Amino acid sequence: MTANFKIGILLAFALAMLGAGENLTTFKKLSNFEGFASNFPKVSNFREVETKTRLSDYSFFLGKISDLAPAPNVFPYEVNAPLFSDYAEKARFVFLPDGQQMKYDTERAFAFPTGAVIIKNFFYWNDARAPEKGRKILETRLLLKEEKGWKALEYLWNAEQTDAFLEVAGASFPVTWVDGNGKKQSIEYIAPNLNQCKGCHSYDGQFVPIGITARQLNREENGENQLLAWQKSGRLELPKIFDFATTPRLADYSLSDEELLKQYPDIPISQYHSLRARAYLDANCAHCHNPHGPANTSGMFLEYDQTDLERLGVGKPPVAAGRGSGNRRFGIVPGKPNESILVFRMESDDPGIRMPELGRQLPHREAIEIIKAWIREMK
Amino acid sequence: MQRPFLTLFFIALANALSAQPEIEKRLQTLLILAEDGSTVEFPEGTITLSNTLWLDAKKNITLRGAGQGKTVLSFKNQKQGAEGIKVTNAENIVLEQFTIEDSKGDLIKTQQVRGLTLQDITAQWTGKPKASNGSYALYPVQCQNVRIERCTAIGASDAGIYVGQSDSVWVTDCVAKWNVAGIEIENTTNAWVWKNKAYDNTGGILVFDLPDLPKKRGGHVKVHDNLVTRNNFRNFAPKGNIVGKVPPGTGVMILATQDVEVFNNKIWDNKTASTVIVSYFIAETPIKDKDYNPYPSRIFIHDNLYSMGKRMPTWKSKLGFIFWWKFGKKVPHILYDGIQNPDWLDANGRLKPGYEICIRNNENGSFANIRADKLGLFKGKISKNMKPYDCEF
Repeated sequence: MTANFKIGILLAFALAMLGAGENLTTFKKLSNFEGFASNFPKVSNFREVETKTRLSDYSFFLGKISDLAPAPNVFPYEVNAPLFSDYAEKARFVFLPDGQQMKYDTERAFAFPTGAVIIKNFFYWNDARAPEKGRKILETRLLLKEEKGWKALEYLWNAEQTDAFLEVAGASFPVTWVDGNGKKQSIEYIAPNLNQCKGCHSYDGQFVPIGITARQLNREENGENQLLAWQKSGRLELPKIFDFATTPRLADYSLSDEELLKQYPDIPISQYHSLRARAYLDANCAHCHNPHGPANTSGMFLEYDQTDLERLGVGKPPVAAGRGSGNRRFGIVPGKPNESILVFRMESDDPGIRMPELGRQLPHREAIEIIKAWIREMK
Repeated sequence: MQRPFLTLFFIALANALSAQPEIEKRLQTLLILAEDGSTVEFPEGTITLSNTLWLDAKKNITLRGAGQGKTVLSFKNQKQGAEGIKVTNAENIVLEQFTIEDSKGDLIKTQQVRGLTLQDITAQWTGKPKASNGSYALYPVQCQNVRIERCTAIGASDAGIYVGQSDSVWVTDCVAKWNVAGIEIENTTNAWVWKNKAYDNTGGILVFDLPDLPKKRGGHVKVHDNLVTRNNFRNFAPKGNIVGKVPPGTGVMILATQDVEVFNNKIWDNKTASTVIVSYFIAETPIKDKDYNPYPSRIFIHDNLYSMGKRMPTWKSKLGFIFWWKFGKKVPHILYDGIQNPDWLDANGRLKPGYEICIRNNENGSFANIRADKLGLFKGKISKNMKPYDCEF
């Protein structure tokens, strides 16, 4: 048994190195591999699902695929408080099957019809100061709604930007771009494997979408509330009695005081630090740090509507943070950001310390300032 | 047919180093696509990994190496992921026969697994124990029916074998050394810890209940027939963590939990506190969790063998310093902080049945209640009277 397996593994990657590998998709490599190793786990459940090996096979986009021009039934959306992904930009879309619609929920992700797909493209502008200089799309993540639940798929774009290819095991590759300050940035970009997707997209162990919530989508787009526009076009079923004023809404944490003032005239400016910080924590942390998420072991819960200060980390000693505590005693020490574990873990780029655990390598400098300002003001 | 195989084999060997990312990718792909019921075998040799190997939502899967020291999963150059191997939302999972080392966070973390066996695994941080080592070598959390057998855990900056918020757990025939805590059972119910060797840690075996957790209470823990010796290693845990408060020289520590029986252990040469029973107040951290019970109750320490030559408790911990202050070189083997819940006391000031602390029939089992309740840690007048604790259940 073991000998067979070893021969299989050696054969397979020897073949891959002999030149058969590079332009094949993972799926094909896997088939090769399977053929040589008799005791290799079967991959039949991989075939059962209607998975396509190329992004173009789904026909989500019209014309030149890298223009990301949506086909009918595919429509773009924007969120209030984006997840930070190493400064990558995102182009987000939803595909709904003919005549189907999403169903509104006040707190949790909207309900989707079977066959719906949430599409998120990750890219960097070549020069963030001048988008007309073009962009490089790196990966497209799909969430597919199947009869039995949600499934994630990951597609990696080729260098020519002519298509993206299914990749189950993730990948890492170097990326460079010029940021908004004209500074050249380079990182070893990491695209997730399929299990890592569920590392965040998890509610009581079930796969769920994260960003498609009322509080993220309740915003103005092109002069109209996004949710209302979707209702009008038949894409979203809203409750019969519906009031935007009472619908939860996360702040766009990147906005200045002046800009926030236009959206939140009733909230004192003194609370804008908190507004930004709580929106940021909800969008970047609370998908794990909630009572139903993978980080519930920590007892630290960071949802936008969490009212228990200790749950948010105030005066809360770490449980299993290990060296993630950074020799600090509490999650948050009011007035003292530099004594708060929360800030330490946001500042770190060490995989064993940094938070979030996945999807971030660079510290999000702007967000760290937001969180620090919020903690500094706490009494 | 023989010849081409051999040739391929040599090519593969010659390129073994450059092929590491390829092996990593294959392993991760295997784990993602594995059908329920399959066995994934790790090949012999050192496999360098840059990212967590993650198994999610599977049933009846075995991950098997070619043996400890033969298959070595090294995360020395880890770029991503806070664990070496992670298993989540799964049922009946077996990990066995390999060495795993040097991850940035934990070595093996399993969460929400029902039916877990970890056996014949060496999980270690190589080199001298240091604060930059990861937290836990073997870390089942929120799991049920856990068996950890014949494993070795070395170098964890928190706990070598750490079982948290789980139920029905065996830890047996394991070795824990050069960790801050050798074996730690935390907010876990129905745990049996027996026939292990915990030595050269800061603390040997800890049974804790901590506040602020979804699973509130541990208990029904049996610790027996273990060798707990020479746990005098400096505490290299990062501050802020509760184990950072464990004094070097701690044998068995029971903190704020209930229904714990410690018996037939050899508890030798732990210089500060061979066995210590304490409330959470000793951590001097404010308690905000209203449902948390900070007092130990129904603790039974019996038939253990204690020994220690001339001892000088550590000064590098407040608790150790207090012991030195109060006892000099004659620190009793079994120590109790004496902080008691007033609601649990009868008219004579003794713990009511159902809450008692019992100590009986230990060889060299000298005892002291440091009565930290009365006048604070330093001023309490110690009591060496064992009579109130001569009971069993």
